[in-house]
Amino acid sequence: MKVVVDLNICDLHGLCVESAPEVFEIGDDGALHILNEAPPESLRAKVAAAVRECPTGAISIEE
Amino acid sequence: MLRRIAIIGASLAGLRAAEALRARGFDGELTLIGDEPHRPYDRPPLSKQVLQGVWEPEQTLFRRKDGYDALALDMRLGVRALSLDLRARRVTLADGTFTDYDRLIIATGARVRTLPSIAPRTGLLALRGLDDAIVLRRALMDAPRVAVVGAGFIGLEVAASCRARGLSVTVIEPLPVPFSPIFGRTFGEMIAAMHRDHGVDLRTGVAVTDVVGDSRVAGVAISDGSRIDADVVVVGIGVTPNTEWLEGSGLTLDNGIVCSGSGEAAPDVYAAGDVARIANRWHGDSPRIEHWTNAVEQAVCVAENALAGPEACTSFSSVPYFWSDQYDRKIQFIGRARPHDEMVIVDGSLEDRRLTALYRRGDRVVACLAVNQPRALIKYRKLIAAGASWGAVLSGTAVA
Repeated sequence: MKVVVDLNICDLHGLCVESAPEVFEIGDDGALHILNEAPPESLRAKVAAAVRECPTGAISIEE
Repeated sequence: MLRRIAIIGASLAGLRAAEALRARGFDGELTLIGDEPHRPYDRPPLSKQVLQGVWEPEQTLFRRKDGYDALALDMRLGVRALSLDLRARRVTLADGTFTDYDRLIIATGARVRTLPSIAPRTGLLALRGLDDAIVLRRALMDAPRVAVVGAGFIGLEVAASCRARGLSVTVIEPLPVPFSPIFGRTFGEMIAAMHRDHGVDLRTGVAVTDVVGDSRVAGVAISDGSRIDADVVVVGIGVTPNTEWLEGSGLTLDNGIVCSGSGEAAPDVYAAGDVARIANRWHGDSPRIEHWTNAVEQAVCVAENALAGPEACTSFSSVPYFWSDQYDRKIQFIGRARPHDEMVIVDGSLEDRRLTALYRRGDRVVACLAVNQPRALIKYRKLIAAGASWGAVLSGTAVA
């Protein structure tokens, strides 16, 4: 699984950080960072929740 | 036997329920009924990107036309549900057809309230759906003066978008301080000042008594005796749940569909989104919530429960979240505050209009408001979800 974020439409709601803190972080610079672009299968449910909860639809999973 | 699931309502909650059902392996017949002619679209951009002209209306569509192939839906758009027969497990539609179900998910949402005893006329508009946004955007091209009735989220987002278009904007709000029942006076005053600084003529503590103009609007009359001239009047005074079609069905209707904690309104019938009142385990109450995230979370919850059945269902539990974008400010709110909860600013300031505030009830932190401080919100959301105590959060000793 590969996590892709369109930073042009990311609006920093931060819900992905809550759903999958292992994968997403808002840094000191105030921008969204992907901590792990290829997270293990064990995190799939959390990443799927992050995709679902993102109000701008900025996150997608590529297989 | 679970072969057929019908979803009534093809907006955010309806679509997300359909997606969740398929994602969890439901491979039977899945019907999605929507009363609008459009494929499901996202509402939040309507009052911002679409109204400002930054997006074309089509950009709000959740999926392209071919994006529905994988969901294998029987999607019927532009047709309203007329009635529900619980015993026959049948929803009758306005085009004379019907859909039978083994499980039913109702997500018929809400519609705008209108000003009482005011006749419709050209230029008297509201914003709820895609068609509303298209009509309003077109009207604004030829409307230098806009009056907005109601300083709620929609009203103020419309006001901000109209200012971005360089239009003259007056907002009329009966509350002395906008938002004070939700956020408290302090924050409401900050919002009011922000709009005034951006050139909005915000009139508070007054109500609209009449809309002036015959075939098309010329302005509004307000309760202090004055009159505001306007080429377009936008009414944003809240919404009403779409439950009329369910009257007499046997479902419990009381400002929405009253559901159990699992989202069940009757055996095999579930509701989600703006129309639903699902008990939220996190705060123990069952309000009707009109926010984006709530629709998503309830849709997923009831989809799972519809598949699991009553024995294996889970109860809905969520820390509410909503946001509003006005000018260059993002207002985010999590939790649930009441009018008399104490609010303390823990970072930033009202002067900068960049701040984080916590709301206290007894010894608990119950809500967090952030203006242009998204990181703080993430931190406090965890603590609020965990029910952290006020003292522990303020002293920094609380651990989520």
